[in-house]
Amino acid sequence: MADAMNLTGTISADEPIESRRERGEGPLLEVRDLTVKFPTEDGIVNAVRGVSYSLAEREVLGIVGESGSGKSVSSLAVMGLLPKSAQIAGQILLEGRDVLRMSQKQQRSLRGRKIGMIFQDPMTALNPVYTVGDQLAEAVRSHEAISRRSALARATEMLELVGIPRPKERLRAYPHEFSGGMRQRAMIAMAVINNPDVIIADEPTTALDVTVQAQILEKLMEVKDAVNAAIVLITHDLGVVAGMANRVLVMYAGRPVESGTTAQVFASPRMPYAAGLLGSIPSLETAGARLRPIPGAPPSLINLPSGCPFSPRCPLARAKCQEIEPALYSTDQLEHVAACHYWEELADLDDPTSIFRAQGVPAQ
Amino acid sequence: MPDIQSEDVAVTGPIAEAGPLTSIEREFTIQARTQREMVIRRFFRHRGAMGGLIVFAFVLVLAYSSIGILGLPGWWHQSYETTGTVQNGGAMSLDLLPPFVDGDGLAIGNHPFGQDDVGRDYFALTMRGTQISVLIAVSVGIISTVLGVVVGAFSGFYRGATESTLMRLTDLMLTIPLLVLAAVIGQISGGTPLLLALVLGLVLWPNLARLVRGEFLSLREKEFVEAARAMGAPDSRIIFRHILPNTLGTIIVNATLTISAAIILETALSFLGFGVQAPDTSLGKLISDYQTAFQTRPWLFWWPGLFIVAIALSVNFIGDGLRDAFDPKQTRVRA
Repeated sequence: MADAMNLTGTISADEPIESRRERGEGPLLEVRDLTVKFPTEDGIVNAVRGVSYSLAEREVLGIVGESGSGKSVSSLAVMGLLPKSAQIAGQILLEGRDVLRMSQKQQRSLRGRKIGMIFQDPMTALNPVYTVGDQLAEAVRSHEAISRRSALARATEMLELVGIPRPKERLRAYPHEFSGGMRQRAMIAMAVINNPDVIIADEPTTALDVTVQAQILEKLMEVKDAVNAAIVLITHDLGVVAGMANRVLVMYAGRPVESGTTAQVFASPRMPYAAGLLGSIPSLETAGARLRPIPGAPPSLINLPSGCPFSPRCPLARAKCQEIEPALYSTDQLEHVAACHYWEELADLDDPTSIFRAQGVPAQ
Repeated sequence: MPDIQSEDVAVTGPIAEAGPLTSIEREFTIQARTQREMVIRRFFRHRGAMGGLIVFAFVLVLAYSSIGILGLPGWWHQSYETTGTVQNGGAMSLDLLPPFVDGDGLAIGNHPFGQDDVGRDYFALTMRGTQISVLIAVSVGIISTVLGVVVGAFSGFYRGATESTLMRLTDLMLTIPLLVLAAVIGQISGGTPLLLALVLGLVLWPNLARLVRGEFLSLREKEFVEAARAMGAPDSRIIFRHILPNTLGTIIVNATLTISAAIILETALSFLGFGVQAPDTSLGKLISDYQTAFQTRPWLFWWPGLFIVAIALSVNFIGDGLRDAFDPKQTRVRA
């Protein structure tokens, strides 16, 4: 967390977007009020209900949330990879141009070249019948008409960059001959081989051993600096976010419920859900104490409860919460917003996680 | 998870002096082979495939070198078109049995496979029949495979209206009795071998189309397809470079099965009189021409029959070997 705070200082992430735009350097990627709906037989699934965020150059934005909170869907929308049945509204501005208004062809030329993607499970995301070298070369040749030889030379460079020993020989190996960590390194190499400005990493360490996770994250940061890219890091691992992200966006039921710098969100959550997430992980400070999990389960995205979607699980919920869905209020801290009517109550507590009942212990 | 395939790598560097690093050194001094090298290597180690390849090559060389092709003369002194006097009741002069059993020792004689009713050399006729049958079978294999793959790939990948249209067409083709359809268009084709091949190819694709569609339906949902999309690959590249190679096993096996099926279908058509027309001949036509002689001169049936079986079987074995060879996850070579 201390690292995250230092990083925050080195980039201009906490400078208001408006002022940067006036100077003609708008955010690299800006998502405005993005909504995604999927029509299904059971009704319309509101997978994403109004997500807005912006990403500055070389910034790392962590998107946190549990399964089904819309974090993956919103980034797939940025990539233009959602199925045709998805109804997408809002704006996705990449260097000021709206991706959603572009033709299929223009969108395709952005993928891989401007926005790279790292998938969760490198075993399934690599084609089993091609050698790693061929796949890396293929990533280059999808965009540039260059010879296989020079594409392979680029691939060698990239494998070296992600720390695979003897890259020249490794080009000829198949994905199944790589270990899990090497595969994810190859995946990172594939994502950055065309020098993208934005890398979307969708739970890049979930399928890996804990011991390898740290190496991969470190490598990802190294590579990001080498190619000067920004990262959207999607994860449900708060530890990963704490160590890497400059800013955090917490999502719940398809909406962002809290956003701020990593330090702000981790030290002083202003939304009960974020506080609950923090209370569910063990930490050194609470050693010996019991964890404080969030009771209940996330709501169905087909039939959302009225009012705040978190209200059925929220210990602070009152009548107002069941009627009016809170907007993102600005809080006591700059750039720190939270979707809670009663965020001030959390601000008054020393330990906001204490609003949840510790496991097996009656509420205080 | 197999770490390093011992079949496909060779340890080259010295590994003894590395001390504690031995295992690491060893891992990184292997010499990887290219994909083509590995495919060839696996194929040549597949016993069934090698047997099939040898038999098929033997049949091809025999058929094309003996009576020649495209006007080029072969080493066999008889022509399949010249009639002559029937010697010895048209019996085979080929004798493989040595004198002490019952025979004249290894003798080929003038008409090793015997003669037909009008005194034509039956060896030359069988060779000509093999040439035509193989030509038809291979052309059918190519035409129906290309058609089946394209139809299956597009309907499986694009789904929706494309899929409905193409698959209903496939269903339609499957509901029409194959033999009847082939007979009708075979009649129109007038017995020219290549035209006949085209017609059979247009009839035999639906099975492969269904198989390929099925494979595409499952593969298009795989994450590596999404990854390919995420790196900006266009649809054509995704279909032909990312998904199709994964279905190669199915396609190759089906293509070889189609080739043997085409040999048999051509035989059936010619037997019914809809296939290759005289004066040209094919293996099926030979069998049909001399079906009445089966009781008295069985060799007129057995020789073309033997070649049909040899071609169909050897092609199937080759297909089996190719499928195993193209599968990169295969570490052991199947015998």
